[in-house]
Amino acid sequence: MKIFTVIYFIIIGLLSFHLFQEKTKAESIEAGAEIYQDFCVQCHLTNGKGVSGVFPPLQASDYLLANIDRSIAGIKYGLKGKIVVNDEEYDGVMNNQGLDNEEIADVMNYILNQWGNKSDSFVTSEAVDQIQKSILE
Amino acid sequence: MKSYLSLIAFSFFLASGCAQENTPAIETPTVVNYTYETLVGDINIPWGMAFIGENELLVTEISGTLYHVLNGVKTSIEGLPEIYTRGQGGLLDVALHPDFKNNNIIYMTLAATLEGDEGGNTALYQAKLVAHQLEDVKLLYKATPNTKKGQHFGSRIAFDSDGHVYFSVGDRGNRDENPQDITRDGGKIYRLNLDGSIPEDNPFVSNSEAKQAVFSYGHRNPQGMAVHPKTGAIWVNEHGPQGGDEINVISKGKNYGWPLITYGINYSGTPITDKTTDPNMEQPLYYWVPSIGPSGMAFSTSDVYADWKDNLFVGSLKFEYLERLVIEGGDKIVKREKVLDKIGRVRNVKEGPDGFLYVAVEGKGILKVVPKG
Repeated sequence: MKIFTVIYFIIIGLLSFHLFQEKTKAESIEAGAEIYQDFCVQCHLTNGKGVSGVFPPLQASDYLLANIDRSIAGIKYGLKGKIVVNDEEYDGVMNNQGLDNEEIADVMNYILNQWGNKSDSFVTSEAVDQIQKSILE
Repeated sequence: MKSYLSLIAFSFFLASGCAQENTPAIETPTVVNYTYETLVGDINIPWGMAFIGENELLVTEISGTLYHVLNGVKTSIEGLPEIYTRGQGGLLDVALHPDFKNNNIIYMTLAATLEGDEGGNTALYQAKLVAHQLEDVKLLYKATPNTKKGQHFGSRIAFDSDGHVYFSVGDRGNRDENPQDITRDGGKIYRLNLDGSIPEDNPFVSNSEAKQAVFSYGHRNPQGMAVHPKTGAIWVNEHGPQGGDEINVISKGKNYGWPLITYGINYSGTPITDKTTDPNMEQPLYYWVPSIGPSGMAFSTSDVYADWKDNLFVGSLKFEYLERLVIEGGDKIVKREKVLDKIGRVRNVKEGPDGFLYVAVEGKGILKVVPKG
């Protein structure tokens, strides 16, 4: 009986962990990979290197890794005008892709931890929700 | 032995991954005898444009604004249908009814979600332009099913001289199911009568399972369409995968092969198929390797430019120029040249009623190509 009770609580515990737990970072990165293939790869390419002078790199990108909130805002609201990435100037337009906050969080976690990029930040949909357009100005 | 075999296999993989550049090579002219003027500025992604007269045109911005531009001044037009903006979707092409002068009717393609589920797909609308307002907005066609995929909505609009409207819908990121199946939307060129009804002589009308508006199939993402000024044929350019962008001349009921035959490879560098031809599928008139990201298409028919008459013009999103293609014998590309090199992502090109070429550039607006002196 005692063993049964223990097993019972373990199962309930595991179930609720799976049901109520937010996505782990690994799960978010995995979901982000799919978003990346769908919305980003045409310009930023499979290797994240982009096209010099046209589409800025995400791989080893000083802009991305030092400006996480601005990068979120760029995806959320679209990005236009001059930016400097790895000492190269870019003056293009990235339209708002119509992604929801969770999708933006997932794809951010993916690009922050892909191609040798590494970030301790874990972007959540709540964090994306807080980002205002004004930080781009 | 085993490692030898895998080495050989790996070399084949590498060889197939590095497609040969297709000829003729793109040239940068040594003497540039043209410049440009800005007709209208400050438009993020000018997707479609349609000339009403000299200095008067309609321009779409993908995130959902339709502009009326008169003498360089733009005014937003009200009364648009609801637009699904996600990925490459949004407000796409715009075109005037062949009898616009008398009926003020315009056609638009846009991404829409009408069925109450998630996602979107390409739709063709018709509406009457009254001052800066759309009236009698009518849905002529809606591709289904909706999907949250961000890619390949198409979509360009063109008219033949026999009372038909043509438009394209890309494969909507579902290349394994859509392009080769005539009972599904996506990866098709469509043909309707001007009122939206299905022409009786459309190629698949006798097949009750088929999408009866389909005119040709096996396309990936056609984003340029123009009527050849002499033959009247519908010419299309479409984005391939990496390598393998194509120019196709559209024939009724034909299969253009995607994804069973292609000159391109996946973005990741892996092959899609080793086949570039099939006896039951059409070959492109030309294919670009490397890809230029072709968008928009126009023939020059005027004498405005010294030696550009009958040349074909295609925008390059990827390399940021307008490409001039010289055609010999009706179907052979013998020369390719950069026009307005490094101008920005070229989304569209049209010949205006004044015979000048007008180029839609992302982040800039509409530019007029002007000969020097």
